[in-house]
Amino acid sequence: MCTTCGCGRAEVTIEGEGHGTPHHHHHHHGDHDHSHGHGPLGAAHAPGLSEARIIEVEENILAANDAAAAHNRAHLEAAGVLALNLVSSPGSGKTTLLARTAQDLKARMPVSVIEGDQQTSNDADRIRAAGVPAVQINTGKGCHLDADMVHRALHGLTLEAGGALFIENVGNLVCPAGFDLGEAAKVVILSVTEGEDKPLKYPDMFAAARLMVLNKADLLPYVPFDVDKCVEYARRINPEIEVLTVSALTGEGLDAWYDWIEARRREAGAGAARQAAG
Amino acid sequence: MHEMALAESVVSIAEREARRAGAERITSVRLEIGALSHVVPEAMRFAFSAVSRGSLAEGARLDILRVPGRAWCHDCGREIEISALGDACPACGGYSVQVTGGQEMRVKDLEVA
Ligand SMILES: Nc1nc2c(ncn2[C@@H]2O[C@H](COP(=O)(O)OP(=O)(O)O)[C@@H](O)[C@H]2O)c(=O)[nH]1
Ligand SMILES: [Mg+2]
Ligand SMILES: [Zn+2]
Repeated sequence: MCTTCGCGRAEVTIEGEGHGTPHHHHHHHGDHDHSHGHGPLGAAHAPGLSEARIIEVEENILAANDAAAAHNRAHLEAAGVLALNLVSSPGSGKTTLLARTAQDLKARMPVSVIEGDQQTSNDADRIRAAGVPAVQINTGKGCHLDADMVHRALHGLTLEAGGALFIENVGNLVCPAGFDLGEAAKVVILSVTEGEDKPLKYPDMFAAARLMVLNKADLLPYVPFDVDKCVEYARRINPEIEVLTVSALTGEGLDAWYDWIEARRREAGAGAARQAAG
Repeated sequence: MHEMALAESVVSIAEREARRAGAERITSVRLEIGALSHVVPEAMRFAFSAVSRGSLAEGARLDILRVPGRAWCHDCGREIEISALGDACPACGGYSVQVTGGQEMRVKDLEVA
């Protein structure tokens, strides 16, 4: 349970943002998906409690995050950039996969990365060492990225048309599932050392993802991990989920991963062209 | 998922609506939480009491209306009720189950004074 993590927003730091300068939030009124309270006129009076009133709200708890995510998505679509949100438990190989992906794809397309971790800029450093721009978000005690953090990080990146933006979420198979960041798709990474039952144990994440990448395939000979069972479990949760088996270490299966990215990038490009035409 | 961040959103929605109505205090907040949503009710209660401190909602009662998980079973063609993602169809035991409802997380209404 994540209530113990006490996510305090004040602790969030983003590379490239000046210290002590409050961030300018754009406020987007009009895209809230709720009906406003009726105020005093529409309020019902409870008998016996003359002051008590009921205010109808009917608002999605995630409405503010969803509005910020819609804003990010509009930005990214207009820029013709494919954004992927990579989620997994800590240590499944997100950064290793991204560093290798950056290395292999940077000659083909503009690549940039947003790194989310509670602490340190180690992962952004690893990505920069692979030769692509990266911005680190430190969430402090927070256990997931939200759309506003990504919005702030986007200000530190130059988005190039036809590019791919990878967002590495905080390592956690639970909390990031419900927070839309404005990505085109969530990609869940599961390494074969974690056990094939994880889709059943953490269904929300597998329900939210479009693709499951089974990483550390090089270790399959050494650990009992039934790939077919894992895929069956994942499809029990999400019948549409696509699956790729790779090793970020040896490079096995990465061509299919790059093809998948190319296909999504074409979709993003088509979306941008539609926007420009309409 | 992160009930702390969600509870912060609940309090900020409730405070905004209470202020709009010119109320001084929020005495209760009603949520509608689907069985297949990302919220564990007990975690939400704990988080709400922690983050509402010092707000207009301090001390407010939190009522959580549970909405059952609904799904369609492609195997037996029935409308079914499930309590968690990945559950088998209670009628036929199949897993070709498509969720159709019970994922909501909403602030329904408030009582203010
Ligand atoms: N054997 C093997 N190890 C891997 C692979 N991918 C990552 N690792 C190792 O797994 C550990 C965690 O990787 P990292 O990329 O930091 O995971 P993250 O926490 O998801 O970003 C590191 O020691 C990596 O070297 C892989 O495909 N095969
Ligand atoms: Mg990492
Ligand atoms: Zn059935």
